Amino acid sequence: MDFVWAFVVGGGICVIGQVLLDVFRLTPAHVMSSFVVAGAILDGFNIYDKLIDFAGAGATVPITSFGHSLLHGAMEQAQENGILGIAMGIFHLTSVGISSAILFGFLVAVFFKPKG
Amino acid sequence: MKDKFNQQNYDQTVKEYQPKPNVLWNCIKAFIVGGSICLLGQFLTEFYMNVLDMTESQAANPTITTLIFLSALLTGIGVYDRIGQFAGAGSAVPITGFANSITSAALEHKSEGLVLGVATNLFKLAGSVIVFGVVSAYVVGLIRYTIQSFL
Repeated sequence: MDFVWAFVVGGGICVIGQVLLDVFRLTPAHVMSSFVVAGAILDGFNIYDKLIDFAGAGATVPITSFGHSLLHGAMEQAQENGILGIAMGIFHLTSVGISSAILFGFLVAVFFKPKG
Repeated sequence: MKDKFNQQNYDQTVKEYQPKPNVLWNCIKAFIVGGSICLLGQFLTEFYMNVLDMTESQAANPTITTLIFLSALLTGIGVYDRIGQFAGAGSAVPITGFANSITSAALEHKSEGLVLGVATNLFKLAGSVIVFGVVSAYVVGLIRYTIQSFL
């Protein structure tokens, strides 16, 4: 059942993105930025964690979870270190995604030839 | 003719010439491809939970790393962009789209050299995601922290 909900919720989030692209004529960069902001705001109300419990990878794989992880790391550090913790923890959970994207992106650019 | 092309009704005029996208079909494609990428993510999560004996939140990190690795590799061999043409938001919204935007921007500027081409342009497209993510998380975090301290 986990797999079904991951498919449905993940697909549903992509459909919202497709509607923003086609109906509201936003660029992909605008859609991705809006989704990250939406993820941070939803986590601010503790809604996104419930979605992750429910849909698993359907909620952690879309880019909205990036905004959620940014805020989550910030709030974890803020519990321990006060208001400065927000700045200390903001990349705490997202560093896996950012650093591996930089590493693999760089390596691929070095070893592959551009197509087209 | 003259008042059709003046500045005030430019938006109206240009609308007639824009292609009409088939929204329903595009949404079905986005749903299937986006859902499949998340399904793959769920498979990877279960795999890491069972094989490496991790909790679900611990397994999210290797899952995301694997997806980013696959996406960068597929971008390198030119397959991900073909998926992107078919799927639209279905391949842009998952974290793989983030890795794709980094890799394709780096590849595109490879001819300008490693430092000024690849490294400088790496975040050309993905930068907006990080900037808006950090700014919004910072603002929401400050609001939540202030509310929590008063309660």
